[in-house]
This record gives sequence, C-alpha cells and structure tokens, in this order.
Amino acid sequence: MSQHAPAYPRRSLARYLIDATKSLVTGLGITGRYLAHPKEVVTREYPDNRTQLRFAERFRGPVTMPHDEAGEHRCTACGLCEKACPNGTISILATRNLADKRVLGQLVYHLGQCSFCGLCVEACPFDALRMSHEFELASDQKADFERVLNHKEGR
Amino acid sequence: MIASLHSLTAAELAARYPATHPVGDWVRAHLAPAGAFTVNALIALALTTVFVSLTALFLVWMERKVCARFQLRLGPNRVGPFGLLQTLADGLKLFLKESFMPREADFFVYHLAPLIPITSSFMVFCVLPFDHNIQIADPQGGLVYLAAFLGMGVFGVLLAGWASNNKYSLLGALRSGAQMIAYEISYVLCLLLIVLASGSASTRDIVLAQQGTVLDWWLFKLPGCGALGFIIFIISSTAELHRAPFDIAEAESELTGGFHTEYSGMGFSMFFLSEYANLFVASGLGATLFLGGFLAPQFGFGPLDRALELVPGCVWFMLKVYGLVYLYMWLRWTFPRLRVDQLMSLEWKFLLPVALGNLAVAAVLVALGWLLP
Repeated sequence: MSQHAPAYPRRSLARYLIDATKSLVTGLGITGRYLAHPKEVVTREYPDNRTQLRFAERFRGPVTMPHDEAGEHRCTACGLCEKACPNGTISILATRNLADKRVLGQLVYHLGQCSFCGLCVEACPFDALRMSHEFELASDQKADFERVLNHKEGR
Repeated sequence: MIASLHSLTAAELAARYPATHPVGDWVRAHLAPAGAFTVNALIALALTTVFVSLTALFLVWMERKVCARFQLRLGPNRVGPFGLLQTLADGLKLFLKESFMPREADFFVYHLAPLIPITSSFMVFCVLPFDHNIQIADPQGGLVYLAAFLGMGVFGVLLAGWASNNKYSLLGALRSGAQMIAYEISYVLCLLLIVLASGSASTRDIVLAQQGTVLDWWLFKLPGCGALGFIIFIISSTAELHRAPFDIAEAESELTGGFHTEYSGMGFSMFFLSEYANLFVASGLGATLFLGGFLAPQFGFGPLDRALELVPGCVWFMLKVYGLVYLYMWLRWTFPRLRVDQLMSLEWKFLLPVALGNLAVAAVLVALGWLLP
C-alpha cells in the first residue's frame, strides 16, 4: 500500500497489544515505585539543611590562604599566581622587610573577577593558596568582593 | 427492570435508601412548597459552590504533591502544613492579576468562554449521587443530561481559542475540538453500556442496581465487558479532561498553553478550576457507573460486611472517587503525550470499534442473563 517501508518490524495486532500493555505497565511500575519510596526523594531543602551540607574535596570556592598554628602563611610574593590568573583577580602587593628582602605585603583577591578556575592554586610553588568550600557569596557591599588573603606580612 | 436485577423490591429499596435528606425534609416541613423548593435549591447551590471550590483547591495541591512524588521530588511544602495552603496562595495571586485581553480579540466571546466549562462542571455536579440522599437532582435521563453537559465543555475551549485572536490558541482549540468530539463517542458508549446493564439512566438507580457484594459492581458483574468498558471509560475520560497523555489541547511544549494562552487572572483560573472540577466529576462518574457509587463494598463475609456498612455512603463515594483521581494522576505523570495522528487513530481505529463490539456483546449477555451471580 505505502511505498515507505515501516521503520519497525510489522507485528500482529495481538503482539502489538501485548507489547503496548507491557510497556505501559512498566512505566506505571516505575512511577509507582518512586511514589512508594519517599526516602529516595532527591530534593535537598537547601537553607534548612545548611549544617548537613557535604562538599566534594575538589569543590572550587573562593581562593583562601591557609595559615599555620603560628599564624604564618607560606607566600613569598613571587607573583606566579598573579601571572597565572586569566582575569587579573590577584594583586600581589610586595614590600621589603627589615633585612631588605622582598616579602608579601598584601595579597588582594578581587572575588568579583574570579572565575574559580584554580589556576593560581596550581601555579603556586609553595602551596600557599587553596580553593575554599565557601559558596554563599552574594552581597550588596562592594567591599565584600575585595579580600586581603594574608593576615600579616610575610617574613 | 431494576427490581428484577437484585433481590430487594422497590418498597424495600425505598426503606433502605431513602431518597430525601433530613435537611431537605425539615425545610419542606416548615415552608410552603414553592418556598421550600427555592430554599432547598439555594442550599444546594451554596453547598455545590463551596464544594467545587474546595475540591479544586485540594485537587491542585494533591496533583502537585502526587506528581512530585512520582518524580522523586517533595512538592509544595512551605505554605501551611504540608503545603496545603499553596493553592490558596496561588489563587489569591490569580485574583490580583490583571485580566488581559489581546487587541482585536472578540470582547464578548473572549469573556464568555471561561464561564462555559465551569458552568458545565457545576451542572454535572447536580446529578452525582454522593449518597443515597445527597444528590441535588435525580432526573430519569441522568446520563443523557450528563453526556450533554460534559460535551458542552468543548464550546468553552473552541470559543476561547477562536476569540483569542492568537494562532497558538486557535490551533490548540481546533485540536481539542477534534479530540473531544472523537473521544466523546466511546465515552458515551461506555455510559450506554451501563444504562443497558442497569436498565436505567438515572445515576441513583444505576448505583442501586449494583447492590450486593463487590462482584455485583458493573466492573465485575458484566463478565469481561465491565472491565473492558471501565478501561475504555478511563482512556476516553482522560482525553475528555485534556489530561496527559491526551493533553495536546494545551501542549505546553508546542502551543505555549493552547486555548488558554491569552488568558490571565480570573479567566485562566476559571479554566483551571473547571479542569479540576471535571477531574472530580469524571472520577465520580467512574465510581458511580463501575464501582458501586455510594454503596459500601461487601465481601460476602457477615461481620466485616456489617462493619463496612456502618461507614456512611458519602465516605465510600469519596474514597472511590479519590482512588480514581489518584489513578488519573498516575496515568498523567507516567505516560508521554500522544501525537495528533496517534490520538485520532487510537480513537477511530481502536477504541470506537472495541467499544461498539463490547456494547454488542454486553447486550447479548444481559439479554441471556449471563451475569455473575
């Protein structure tokens, strides 16, 4: 009758009905199973579950500078992170200590420009930078997006 | 005819299932006939209005909650306990919305269209038997009346689509018109099947004809034909309700809302309200025709049967209705939408011949008296 070959093998009406019913019942079974298993609900009620949030270790939040127990950081103001950053997010403001050695004065981190790529962390030869797990970053204060990462000058 | 189908005589039936409600009797006893008629009608109207509104609000909430669970979500859970007040909040929002009308749209028809489906839902509510004495009207041709008013809903859809002056609306309305006219045939054939079996078109008599055990419900009593008729009824009423998998009238992904694309505020909420009122009506009709309506399920086991009999009929009716509502929701949130041509071939090439054949076989069975005992 038709010149076009059917895209699927022809089935008898009985076969067709059996297949159709089977597939419909399978679908109903899947949704029915979901309904019967409320524990599997995937919704996370975010603001309520803030304390139970779990992050992957490699989650990339804003850059931070870890400090040890003595309050010291490992930055030498070499500037590799500043060079590695594609967005100009990091400004190394170096200074000189009493011995006239070049040390870190301030590491200014412009959060608003950061794309969280992590290249600065990879570039740092002293392991002085880390990506934190902070994520609630919204603010109406411009100053919140300009952070000084080091707590004190380098030595 | 009815008395011949079950053991009770007409007098026994009247004694066991009185047709009048104490409230109506009280009004009739204290007022002149004309006054009582008016007051009773007003009571019925007020009750229907409240019931339809509350039911629609509840069904919208239930649909959102049930569909969320089918999709492993939680659904509304912020406004009120379990999110119960969510639809109330949404309804309030709709009240406050601007009622928009496109330029060049037909003012009169555009504003008339949303009122037609909700009117027909209200009219159909009148003949649903909630209990043996909770039914607003019990015309002898109840199912004819029902079929007429259920069919009226299509006017609202067609007029809305035409008056909106929008191509999506018009396409949605035309599709929906074709769909409703097609599926109405097998829908009415299912009603006819039950009329044939019960020997009456009055909804109350149809329920009373299903007395006895669970096996006396028309779903089981007509061997095979009842179950097949029930399946056809579910399919065709889903199509009548524009619910998935037959929701091409709205078809959000193609027609941006179909016939109600241009409606906002109250116009939209009228369509929405009637959609859910009609869901209740279709389920109520299914319960009445196939599941014994307000009759308590009986299992032929004395003590259990007597315990089940103690529960009022309206509770059984509501339980059956909500069982069916849940079935409609299950179907809607499981199956994908049919294409227009698939939709039409399902009805004309499959459902209609099967429904006709089913009716013919059922006629033979009833004539020969080959019913389940």
